[in-house]
Amino acid sequence: MAAKKTSTAFEYAPAPESRAIVDIKPSYGLFVNGEFVDGHGKSFKTISPSTEEVLAEIAEADEADVDNAVKAARRAYTRVWGRMPGSERAKYLFRIARIIQERGRELAVLESIDNGKPIKETRDVDIPIVAAHFFYYAGWADKLEYSGYGSTPLGVAGQVIPWNFPLLMLAWKIAPALACGNTVVLKPAETTPLTALLFAEICQQADLPPGVVNIITGAGATGQALVGHPDVDKVAFTGSTAVGKAIAKAVAGSHKKVTLELGGKAANIVFDDAPLDQAVEGIVNGIFFNQGHVCCAGSRLLVQESVADDVLARLKRRMATLRVGDPLDKNTDIGAINSAEQLAKIRELSDIGEAEGAGRWSPPCELPKHGFWFPPTVFTNVTQAHRIAREEIFGPVLSVLTFRTPAEAVEKANNTPYGLSAGVWTDKGSRILHMANKLRAGVVWANTFNKFDPTSPFGGYKESGYGREGGRHGLAAYLKGGVEQ
Amino acid sequence: MSPTARVDVRKTYKLYVGGQFPRSESGHSYVVDDARGKFVANAALASRKDARDAVQAARAAFGGWSGKTAYNRSQILYRVAEVMEDRRPQFVEALRQSEGLTPTQAGKALDTSIDRLVWYAGWADKITQVTGNANPVAGPFFNISTPEPTGVVAVVAPQQSSLLGLISVVAPVVVTGNTAIVLASPERPLPAVTFSEVLATSDMPGGVVNILTGKLSNTAPTLAAHMDVNGLDLTGYAGDAEQSRLLEEAAADNLKRVLRAPDTEPDWSLDPGLERMTTFLETKTVWHPIGV
Amino acid sequence: MLDRVTSSPTIDNHLASAGGADFADITRNDDTLRRFLHGLPGVDQVGAEARAASLGTRSIKTTAKAWAIDLAIRMVDLTTLEGQDTPGKVRALSAKAMHPDPADPTCPATAAVCVYPDMVAVAKQTLGTSGVHVAAVATAFPSGRAALDIKLADTEDAVQAGADEIDMVIDRGAFLSGRYKQVYDEIVAVREACGPAHLKVIFETGELQTYDNVRRASWLAMMAGGHFIKTSTGKVQPAATLPVTLVMLEAVRDFREQTGQQIGVKPAGGIKTTKDAIKYLVMVNEIAGDDWLDPDWFRFGASTLLNDLLMQRTKLTTGVYSGPDYFTLD
Repeated sequence: MAAKKTSTAFEYAPAPESRAIVDIKPSYGLFVNGEFVDGHGKSFKTISPSTEEVLAEIAEADEADVDNAVKAARRAYTRVWGRMPGSERAKYLFRIARIIQERGRELAVLESIDNGKPIKETRDVDIPIVAAHFFYYAGWADKLEYSGYGSTPLGVAGQVIPWNFPLLMLAWKIAPALACGNTVVLKPAETTPLTALLFAEICQQADLPPGVVNIITGAGATGQALVGHPDVDKVAFTGSTAVGKAIAKAVAGSHKKVTLELGGKAANIVFDDAPLDQAVEGIVNGIFFNQGHVCCAGSRLLVQESVADDVLARLKRRMATLRVGDPLDKNTDIGAINSAEQLAKIRELSDIGEAEGAGRWSPPCELPKHGFWFPPTVFTNVTQAHRIAREEIFGPVLSVLTFRTPAEAVEKANNTPYGLSAGVWTDKGSRILHMANKLRAGVVWANTFNKFDPTSPFGGYKESGYGREGGRHGLAAYLKGGVEQ
Repeated sequence: MSPTARVDVRKTYKLYVGGQFPRSESGHSYVVDDARGKFVANAALASRKDARDAVQAARAAFGGWSGKTAYNRSQILYRVAEVMEDRRPQFVEALRQSEGLTPTQAGKALDTSIDRLVWYAGWADKITQVTGNANPVAGPFFNISTPEPTGVVAVVAPQQSSLLGLISVVAPVVVTGNTAIVLASPERPLPAVTFSEVLATSDMPGGVVNILTGKLSNTAPTLAAHMDVNGLDLTGYAGDAEQSRLLEEAAADNLKRVLRAPDTEPDWSLDPGLERMTTFLETKTVWHPIGV
Repeated sequence: MLDRVTSSPTIDNHLASAGGADFADITRNDDTLRRFLHGLPGVDQVGAEARAASLGTRSIKTTAKAWAIDLAIRMVDLTTLEGQDTPGKVRALSAKAMHPDPADPTCPATAAVCVYPDMVAVAKQTLGTSGVHVAAVATAFPSGRAALDIKLADTEDAVQAGADEIDMVIDRGAFLSGRYKQVYDEIVAVREACGPAHLKVIFETGELQTYDNVRRASWLAMMAGGHFIKTSTGKVQPAATLPVTLVMLEAVRDFREQTGQQIGVKPAGGIKTTKDAIKYLVMVNEIAGDDWLDPDWFRFGASTLLNDLLMQRTKLTTGVYSGPDYFTLD
């Protein structure tokens, strides 16, 4: 029988999620001591990366604003939150968790608008895990004495989060801090402040005591002021390794406890006996999830030479089915790059990859005219010496390297200053365990990738940072008896 | 001194690196006096190059040491304690000289030191159970978190407690599988030197513990800035906030795990807790689908 | 044949090492078959199910949906496989297959009716030259527990009575105990007994249980000459599922890449709603490609699905939600 082509193509019509559910205000102040207040700095604009439309004016917190926020947090810590029984703190967190569930669609749509990530991800991944994270840590608040880290909070936590998972990173920071009895001053990334500000409203809605959560917006200088504030007891940062190092220097000699969750250049290792179709899904999920704006992205594919051609053929075929476009379209797999700056960086490194002789390929795909876009891209014939194999691109760009033996795979995978995550694909159980032991990374996904759960500790080795977020280990960062590990 | 009296054979102690006792590459040594200021011996004055060599030795030893079974590491540390018992007189003498203790006090300090080592030896195959976790994720996945050693750790040993303090900072670092470069108390290096002789005659593989004597200013900055060192214990800088801060800053260049210097040297007789172990452990979390 | 060989070097090497695409060396005996089938890439259950679920979230709107509903109707093997079947029931079903919505002449006919062999003649008589095929379940359906000559006689009987398509069941007992050669030979023999009729090979995936087995059974049936691979009899739960169909679609996709030969896929049992059917079509489109979006290459084995498709079709054309009273039962 010969293949017969049907005449009608099966096209998906646009299926946009309605924006009507969100109410974006023209301007936002800082959330300090339970109220929105004007900042003393100048304001800045947050835009939709998929359209470049200006969404709102955001206040920039200067040093005085940071100081006010820290003072509010200190007062709330001393007078209310630090003294409140864990069982009562728990109920506030449960309340917040429930409100997040109830307003889930609103949060998902807002996140997609401000960040550019597909609604499919905010709806099915980000926001559900945010709610789950608050539920998980809510339950810890009155059980801390069983955690192994004691039950004494640190005080005021200064937290700085990135733009790639804005609300999820907020949850990872705020939920354990509050559960342990700390109060927080949190700075969201300057390009994605809106869900954090909506979260501030949720705190009001939950009647959380004023000052327990303070949200201050701004850019690097605001973050620096927060991290360097002498009355901050704990610094938690997720972001680039360069800034992480600067923070580590800034807190040197202080008594501040620090958690850093930084960059990565994860190897995703595919052996010849892997479940190949699922491995291809894992590769795709590993690097194209969230436009590759993922610190634990599987940005280096290490594939065994004997199956390299096959895996690449399957991968390219699969990439051709990825739908790039409107983040609010439910059928979109890859949304917009978060900012012009990030797009420029991705372009630059990709051009370098090409100039260094790696083979560049993207499926044919039409990119929208406005906004920041980059097609899913794979580089073949990459070696360890290429910059695209060493530097974090933080975009939908995969570098493909090959290996011959398990030892070579381990050697190449570990040959990086980073150590956040790694993937292994093989059907052989003993090999999985061997590889899991040998890989110097904080999270090893075997026959899966990019899975997250509130109960599962997350964090890096080496220059990917220290401390863990999630799980029982995540409490260590916010209790006196806990050691970053 | 009478012309017929026997002349002492004066000792020059060497470094302990990679299981060997090299002289300092610089050729320099320094005079070690006892607690009353009387000459005891010469000790090697470790240089920056010696520090780098020690890092190399510690890195080379890391794979083998961290790859041993926890039971095996436990046995090896316990064996070190046994050998210490064998050398009681030598340790007591070293403690008397360096800390000015009476024989009884020195004996007690030795007892506590050996007990401390035995205590840590027992942790090798328990720390994973105490600090690890099975995580009940909301999905069909097996998920487990286990501690792993951080790697190569530079340890600035306490200045006062030259044996108990030394054991109390070295044992927790290596028992979990790290390898160490130890900067002995410059003023009180003799117990550390004796300890290196114990290590050399025990089953401890070369390079797991490397001991450098001499001025901290020669070696500590090199180790704090060294990009192939993963951890830094600044306990020996107790009370020296300024040096401690500078070293912590240098350590930030490759995000070393840093145990900061306390305001004063800790009371080593207290329960050590887990902090000295967990500071130099990384938590690894492994996921795997559950299916048929 | 061989009009569309692209690359899948793993399986290609796998085939080459086993003797090339004529399969003779692979299919020589149980050992050679086991080596080949167990050398196919494994299927991770969790990953396969997650992929199927994610395809299920694709949103289809308006024109594409209308097109998809008509396509789904054209893919239905309208089925009755009951002990209580009578000529009257089969005639009614056949009439429904030809004119699913008597009130709307633009509504397409289904692909086939699917009956037991003794009902083939009745169905054939009713369907005449309408173009709607008669499919017969043969080979001691649904258990397949009969001697080979009886299975072949069952098949020949159905073909002689006018069946255009034969839906056979594999010997799951033989498959699960590793007697792959026996399963293979039976399929070859039944295919021969089919003469001009097309052969669909039913695995009863609910009994094979693992996706690895589904993938192996798929290759075994494709190598043995089946025109279609089909999930289930409808008599065992679970019947068709999205992930099982995903694995089978991957198999036909890979098989065509290797041999140029296109094989059809038929999920059967448990597909009841338009929403379900569209999820399957999305999966066909994204996994195997739109070459399979055709009744020649993809079928739904179903009975109640048709009426839901008709209701949704009416809703799309009239804008009004319909009810079961407005569609014929059979």
